[in-house]
Formats: sequence, structure tokens, C-alpha cells
Amino acid sequence: MTAAALLRSLLRPHARRIGLAVAVLLVRQAAQQAGPLLVAYAFDRAVPALRAHHTGPLIAVAAGYLLCAAISGAAQFRFVTASARVGQDVLADLRDRIFVHAQRLDLAFHDQHASGRLTSRATSDVEALRELLDGSIEQIVTAGLSTVVITATLLYLDWPLGAAALAVIVPLFATMRSFRRRSAPVYTHRSDALAMLASRAAETFAGIRAVQTLCQERANDVAFAGLNAKHERFNGAAGLEMARYVTASRLVANIAVAALVLAGAAQVAAGDVELGIFAAVVLNLRRLYDEPLRLGGVLDAYHSASASLRAIAAILTRQPTVAEPAHPARLPAGQLGRPVCFEGVSFGYHPGTTVLPGLDLAIPAGQIVALVGATGSGKSTLVKLLARLYDPTGGRILLDGVDLRALPTDDLHRTVALMPQEAFLFTATVADNIALGHPGVSRSDIEAAATAVGAHRFIAALPNGYDTHLSGRLSAGQRQLIALSRVLIANPSVMILDEATSSLDILTERQIHHAMRTALVGRTALIIAHRPSTIDIADRVLVMSGGQIIEDTTPRRWARHTVH
Amino acid sequence: MPTPTRSAVRSLARLWPWVRPVRLRLAAATVLAAAASVLALLMPLVLKGIADGPVAHRDPAGVWLGGGLLLALGVAEAAIFGVRRRLVARPLAAIEAGMRQEFFGHVQRLPVAAHERWPSGQLLSRCTTDLQLLHGFLAVALPFLVVNAVTLVVGSALLLAQQWLLGLLLLAPVPVLLPLCALLETRYAAAARQAQDQVGDVTTTVQESILGIRVITGLGRRSDQARRFRQLAGRLRDTELGKARLLATVSVLLSVLPDLALAAVLMVGVTKVADGTVSAGTLLAVVAIAGVLKPSVDSTAGLLALSNAAAGAADRYLEVMGTPAVDEVPAGPVARRGRGPAGLVFDRVRFRYPGSPRILDEFSLRIEPGESVALVGATGSGKSTVAALVPRLYEPAAGRIRLDGTDIATMSRDELRGLVAVAFQEPTLFSAGIADNVLMGSRSTGAAELDRALRIAQADEFVRALPEGAGTRLGEQGMTLSGGQRQRLALARAVAARPRLMVLDDPLSALDIDTEALIEAALRRVLATTTALIVAHRPSTALLADRVALLSGGRIAATGTHHELLRTNREYAELMTPVTAR
Repeated sequence: MTAAALLRSLLRPHARRIGLAVAVLLVRQAAQQAGPLLVAYAFDRAVPALRAHHTGPLIAVAAGYLLCAAISGAAQFRFVTASARVGQDVLADLRDRIFVHAQRLDLAFHDQHASGRLTSRATSDVEALRELLDGSIEQIVTAGLSTVVITATLLYLDWPLGAAALAVIVPLFATMRSFRRRSAPVYTHRSDALAMLASRAAETFAGIRAVQTLCQERANDVAFAGLNAKHERFNGAAGLEMARYVTASRLVANIAVAALVLAGAAQVAAGDVELGIFAAVVLNLRRLYDEPLRLGGVLDAYHSASASLRAIAAILTRQPTVAEPAHPARLPAGQLGRPVCFEGVSFGYHPGTTVLPGLDLAIPAGQIVALVGATGSGKSTLVKLLARLYDPTGGRILLDGVDLRALPTDDLHRTVALMPQEAFLFTATVADNIALGHPGVSRSDIEAAATAVGAHRFIAALPNGYDTHLSGRLSAGQRQLIALSRVLIANPSVMILDEATSSLDILTERQIHHAMRTALVGRTALIIAHRPSTIDIADRVLVMSGGQIIEDTTPRRWARHTVH
Repeated sequence: MPTPTRSAVRSLARLWPWVRPVRLRLAAATVLAAAASVLALLMPLVLKGIADGPVAHRDPAGVWLGGGLLLALGVAEAAIFGVRRRLVARPLAAIEAGMRQEFFGHVQRLPVAAHERWPSGQLLSRCTTDLQLLHGFLAVALPFLVVNAVTLVVGSALLLAQQWLLGLLLLAPVPVLLPLCALLETRYAAAARQAQDQVGDVTTTVQESILGIRVITGLGRRSDQARRFRQLAGRLRDTELGKARLLATVSVLLSVLPDLALAAVLMVGVTKVADGTVSAGTLLAVVAIAGVLKPSVDSTAGLLALSNAAAGAADRYLEVMGTPAVDEVPAGPVARRGRGPAGLVFDRVRFRYPGSPRILDEFSLRIEPGESVALVGATGSGKSTVAALVPRLYEPAAGRIRLDGTDIATMSRDELRGLVAVAFQEPTLFSAGIADNVLMGSRSTGAAELDRALRIAQADEFVRALPEGAGTRLGEQGMTLSGGQRQRLALARAVAARPRLMVLDDPLSALDIDTEALIEAALRRVLATTTALIVAHRPSTALLADRVALLSGGRIAATGTHHELLRTNREYAELMTPVTAR
């Protein structure tokens, strides 16, 4: 998708409102153009009439003027609000598209792309479009309108002069094209440089503790200065390109005016053209080029916006590898726990690498399975495939007999809930963070979930209890407890806990295991764990190595096996 | 939080220190812009001269002269336009970059507590969009506001000189317009600030939903997250539309009231022309001047709106810049630069997070040089806080922390942090190569040091298996690695620093038992010669240390070896006894 195509697709739904805005603008222009006519009328008619003691024409002029002012004021108000509405709706639509698409993109994409850069696309780059939308409808319409009106007037007054004046549009257009050609890469570089810069800043701000303890401030200053200087260079270059364009186009226009005046004046002097007509032509000439030249600002905004739109379009056209099914299937109705089946599943994160060479595994409904094995043995990969964060490169995974790829992803994730290793909390209250697992849930359910994992005590002790805004001050253990409440409240059929209790002290972990025994009843569960204590609550232990299950046993036998 | 709406002018005036270095260029550019508008006013006079003189007198030579003059004026105008922009293009980009660089540097040096006040998206939007806005203000709004003001003042003087009564009539709306516009602009400024803060909120939401994508996807909550986002974006849209309505009102006032005045001028003027007290030429001149002034009045609304938005951006920028950075002690008597392991003493340390109950109360602990102490306590008991106090990420409210006898509050942070290495619970890796990440706190850049650190942290094997080994670049937060892998790299970083004091905050939580055992064996050799404070949840981690201290109720409740405490302290035994039987 090109930038222009993206812009078109954003504007198309608002075609009618844009039309309305343009119409209102035409009314405003007409009302404003009436002013000089009324002045002329006042001089030619009202003054003589008044001398003859007739006040009618004067009152007509006054009334006409008031009417024009009222119409132009009303039209002005309508136009500003209507165009703002179009602009804001387009921006909201674009932000929404980026947001939703970024959410749809697979984890492989997010692994490769820094969040700061994506954020910059959804903010700074959207802002660039806003600058384009803010004034350009007005500028384009007024420029177009006055060009047409003035050209018509010129041709009517004296057609050879008018035609010559019109011909100047050609070199003017050439300067515009040259500006466009030269500035487009500059704007693209500038937008990219800003995204890099934002990414660096985001990473630094997010990791501030590590930055400070490792004394990286100065090193970061230097690295940031490099990116900043690059952005500064392109930012300045963009300004210089604009300066070049303004000079060139102004020069063409002003030389043309001088030449045309000269030609016209010579004709008048030779008696070929009347003085009045010459005066009118000359007065219109300057205005003919003024308005199109003002379009330089629009062009500037357009180039800057199209660089941003191109970058956004590149993200929007990227297809997630984990795709929504074309013909979504439904899970059979009924039970809480559901069976899971891996059939010859193979997977690698990068082409040519293999993490799972071909895995077969059947887990009956309601079974609690513990996965153990060294780091890198494929445990986390196995559960990520089950949660469909990635799709297998070979084989298939069935949930209650349905291929995961046939299920709508949001349905799937509500059935199969994964609690990842990183207990990520959002800038929101404790209650909101827990309720994320099941929006709209009641406060008492939230508290019940927190109580079940033993988080209630510390949450109640926070300054505002469940309404405390989180700001990164909780300990890792406390974050895990909140994350665990979040998964519990989601009430999934299949629950996946990836090292969910690694940062807890043994006492708290014991409380959680106690709670888990009740919470997991009837559910299918996969637990990745290293501690014998966690494995204890499982019905079955799978030992993994090199992407394969090398042992399928019970906790009791496994414990006996590892003790000595 | 409600911020009092300061006057936009005062906010913008506070930018002076950054603008000062280019004040001459900016002033020159503004003068040039004014000159260009004067030239534009001169061109009609030349035309009039041509028409009245040579053309009327059929004098071809005079036509050439007028044409030449017109050409000269036109070229001069084009040149002025170009020079004006050329003068400020680089300097303004430099101001934006300079302000950004200062912001970045300042934010890096803000105390961690200040960071907790602003979500990182808020900081990010101040560092990018707000500064772009200020650039736009300096490039466009400021010079043209000045030009408009000059034009209006000169125009008003001309008007009054032409005919004082008509001039006064035309200027009559000014006393009404000024307070009305001021009122609306104040409201606009508040709305603009609100919109900017909402942009910051939107930025935060976008950033967090990308960082937290695993949670959101993992729970199937993408549509809810999108709804939340739409709510925020919708609120922003409403604020923007409110702004547009205010702007529309201002622009209508600015266009209608002058029109009314012009209507009155026409009425009175025509009457006076009719009874001969005013010449037709004078009335024509008054109306013509009004016509010249009108665009200046019309464009003022937009320029003021831009200035108000810029004032909001300036406030947001200065709010961060005005937050004091960590106070750096002057490089006074440098602490004894001993060699080998350092001793660490906590002496009746008190600490609380703002708005929270006290978490450390009279916390005292002594770690001898070369000794390793494990800190054990329930979840949320303050262990990580103790770890964060050592590199002075936070400052104690009372009490002292001494490193080798020197109060760390009297040391420069850089010096202190050069002596101490910390591995945090949640490992932070940066977008850089693995080797760069590991050697970040190290004075050495050698491959030998890297290998040693990776080996001790049991990271050598998986690093070797990566596409480019230790040269492999990590994405933001090193997301391509598993939690256990990241933790091992963070540990390797602490080891490579060869610190005089090592602080390890639950360094092995994300590792499997076998890897953990291998690391423990290797780490034990390192710890034999290093002073260390190790936050521990597991008996195996606690066993790494020479001694264990139990943190409870904000202070050390007991110390001893792991086995002693298991026997003698009930709380410790409960915390550290694994679940065994069903």
C-alpha cells in the first residue's frame, strides 16, 4: 500500500463531509468576495443617491454588508468545526488501525521490532498527518477557487495577456515537482531518524534502574546525541529544501509579473489596450500566483505526512503469521476442562533452526501436567504453540478435537490462558490489572481471586487498596501474584503457567499451591516448573530434552528419581 | 492532576534560555518577514506609478524603468523569503535537538522515584511531539505574530492619519475583541494542555499494549484492550473537537466584528462623502487599508492557537526539566580507593515509598569484606528495596549506609556505582550486542573477561548457539531471549564488572534446577573473594552465602547460617521449608 492509497482509504468514508466542508467554504468565499462589490456600489450609487436625499441604496449596502458578514461568519464556524471533525475522525481511525494491527501481529514481529519505534509510528507519524489535515482543505480550496476566478477574469479582460499569465503556471509547477522530488527522501529520513530516536529514549526510560546502576548515562548521552544529530541534520535539511522552493517559486512568479506588466504597459503605451483593463489585469496578476504559492505549505505538510504514512502503511500491510481463520470453527459446548492433542508438531523460531523436531502428545481433559527439563529444552515453546502465539511449521495441535488454526484467536485465548514469565502490569489500578483477565467482573470476584492466590493481604495494605495506581514499585513476587489473580479470574478451560511462581518465597508459593488445588479442579493445566514443590500439584510429569518428551511419569516417581 | 493554567506568554517566555543563542538570527528573520510584507505593499504603489506616469503619458522608456523597478522588487522579495527561511532552518533544528538532548540527559539523571510519577509514554511524547510543536512555534507562529502585530499597528496609525473618525470606527471592535479573545484563548490553552496530556496517555497505552502483548494475547483480551484504547482516543478526539469549536468561535469573532465595523465605516463614510466633509479618495484609502489588514487579523486566530499549544508543550517540557535531578555531591574527599572486597554496613536505615507505610525501620546489617550474606524474607518484605538502596536508586529517610567505612551519601553516585554491581530481579538488557550488554559495567573490553562471565553464568553455551554468537544484537528488552537466558546475561554482567560489592536480587529465579546448580557451583568460586548481598527465596540460593539474614517487619529479625536459622527460627523455617508431602 502506498502513502497515497492509505490516505485515500482514510478519507473515503468522509467524502460526504469533506464535500460539505468544501461547499461551506465556497459560500464563505462568495460572501467575502461580495464585500468589494458592495464597496463599489456604495461609491457609484449610494453617494449620488444620498446627495439626492435617497437613503435607500445606503441602507441596502449596509444590509448587504451585514448579511455577508453573518453568512461568512456562520460558514466560517461550520467549516472549522466540520473540517476538524473530519480530521479528528481520520486520525482516530488511523491510530485505531495501527493499534489493532500491532495487536494482531504475531510475536515474531514484536520480538524483532522495538516497541518505541512502533509507538512512534502511532504517535509522531500520526501527528504528521494531523498537520496536513489541519489547514490543507482550506488552503487547497481557496487556492483552486481563486485561481479559477482570477484566470477567468484575466482571460475575459485581455485574452493574450491572460493566456501568457496562465502559461507561467507551467514553470511554477516544475519548481513544485522539483521540490517534491528533492524533499521526499529528506522527509523519509527525518521520520525514520525520529523513530530511532524515540526507540532509544523509550528503552532508556523503561530501563532507568539498570541505566543508573550501570552508570550508562554518559554513554547513552553520546549514543542519543548521534541519533539526535542525524535527526537534526534531516530536520534542518527539510527546512532548507522549503527555503529553496519558496525562493525559486517566488522568483518565477515575480519575474513573470514584472514581464507581463511590462508587456501590458507597452501595449497600453502603444494604444492597443485600455488603461482600465491594464490596471485590472495587473491587480489580478499578483493574486493569481499568490494563492498557489501558499500551497507550498500544504505540499510541505503533505511530504512530511506521506513519509509517515508510508512507514505506517508498511506496518499495516504486514500480515501476521498467526492468521485469523477464514472459516472459524466453534468449540463443542460444555465441559470446563478440554483435551489437548499435539500431532507430529515441529517448530523453529528461525528458518533452518528446529526447537521441536516432531512432537506427539495427548493430554486428557482435566489433567494437570508439569513440564520439566533444562532451559532450552523446548518447554516454553511447547506452551507458546498451545496458546497459539506461534503456529507450528509442521503437524497440528487440537483443542477438544478442533485445530487451533480454525479457532478465532480471541476465543482461543479465552479458552487457553497463558500466564507468561514476565508478570507485566499496566499503568492502571490493581483492580484493573486483575480485571484484565475478565473485564466487567465485580469487585468481590476480584478480591476473591486475589485472596485465592494470597495477594489480598498486601493489596489491602497498599495506600488505596485495590484502587492503588501501580507505578513499578511492587516486588517481582507481588507482581506475579497479581498476574496470577488475573489468569485465575479469566476462568479458562486450559491454563498454562510458565514459571508463574518463580519469584515467590516458599511460604507464598505454598499458599498458591493450596489455592491452585481448588482453582485447577476440572481444568486442564500445563505448568512449567523447576521446583519439586510445584510439580507436586501435578497429575503427570513430562520431562523434556532437545524438543522431545524423554520421560512421561508421575510426580511421585519423578521425585524419587531426582532425590538421589 | 489539575495544573493551574498559566498565561501562555509566561510559559513560552521560559523557553528564552534555549532561544537566546539564536536570538539574532530569529530577530533578523522576523525583520525580513516584515520587510517582505512592506515590499509587497510597495508593489501596488509602483504599479500605480506606472499607470499614472509613463503609461498615461505614452512614454515607453518610463515603462521600462517601472518594469525594471518591479522586477527588482520581485527578486528582492523572493530573495528575502529564501534568506529568511535559510537563516533559521538549521538553528531551529538545532534548538529542537538541543532541547531534546538536554531532556534525555536530564530524564536519565532523575531519581527513580520521579520516574515512577510519569509513565514512560508521557516522557516519550514530551521528548518527541512536544518538541516538534515548539519548533513549529518558533518557525512560524512567533515571527508571523510579530509581523501581524507590526502590520496592525502601522495600519491603525495610517487609518487614524487618513481620517480619525472613520479610523476610530474601524478600530472600535478592538476593545471588545481583545478581552473576548483573551478569555477564549485561556480556555483554549487549557484544552490544548489537556489534549497533550491525553496524547501522552494514548502513547502510554500504545507502548504498554505492545510491551504487554504477551499478556493481552495470552488472555485473549485484544478486543478489550482495543476498546480501552478507543475510549482514550475518543476522549482525545472530544477534547480536540472542543478545541476546534473554541478556535471556530475566535475566528468567527475575528472575521465578523471587523466586518461590522467596516459596514459602519461605509455607512458613515458614504454619508460624509455625500455631504462633502470627507473626500471619496480618503474613504477609498480607509477601505483599502482595512482590506490589507484583514488577512493579518484572520490569520491571528490560527497563530494564537498554535502558540497556545506550544505553551502547553513548553509547560510539559519544563515540568520535567524543573524536577531536580539527583543531587551530585561535589567531588570532595574521594573515598579510600581500596582494592579487593569492600565491607558494607546498614546503620539504622529507615525508608518508605511516598504514600506507603514505612517498609524499612531501623534496618541494620553488617557485611564484612569478602563475606556473602543472603537476605531472606516474605514476598514484599522489602528485600529488593534494600538491594536498590545500595547503588542509591533511592535515598534512605534516616540512617546511614557505609561502604568500607565511607557513608555512601557522601560519595558521588558514579564512583559508588563503579564499586557496586547489581543484578536485578527483572533483568534489563539493551538494544546492543550481547558482548556490549555483558561488558557494560566492566572496565575490561576483552574477550577473556566476556568468556569468563558467560561461563560462570552458564550462558556461554546458548550464546554460542546464537546466529552471531556474542555479537548478536538484542531487541528492545532483549525479548528474543527467554527469561532464564536474560537472567543469566544480567548475572554475567554483574560478574564481569568484578565489583568490590555484588548485589544479586534473586538472581536465579527463572532457571531450572540443573542450570541453577551449575551456576551456584561457579558462583561460589566468585563469591569466595567478593563481598555480596544476595536476595534469596530458595534454600539453594541461601546456601550460596556465608550467612543468612532474615528481614521481617522492616528490620533484621535474625542472622545465622541457613541450617542454624532453620532450627532456631520458626518464621525462617516456614519461609524456607519446601512443600513435600501432599
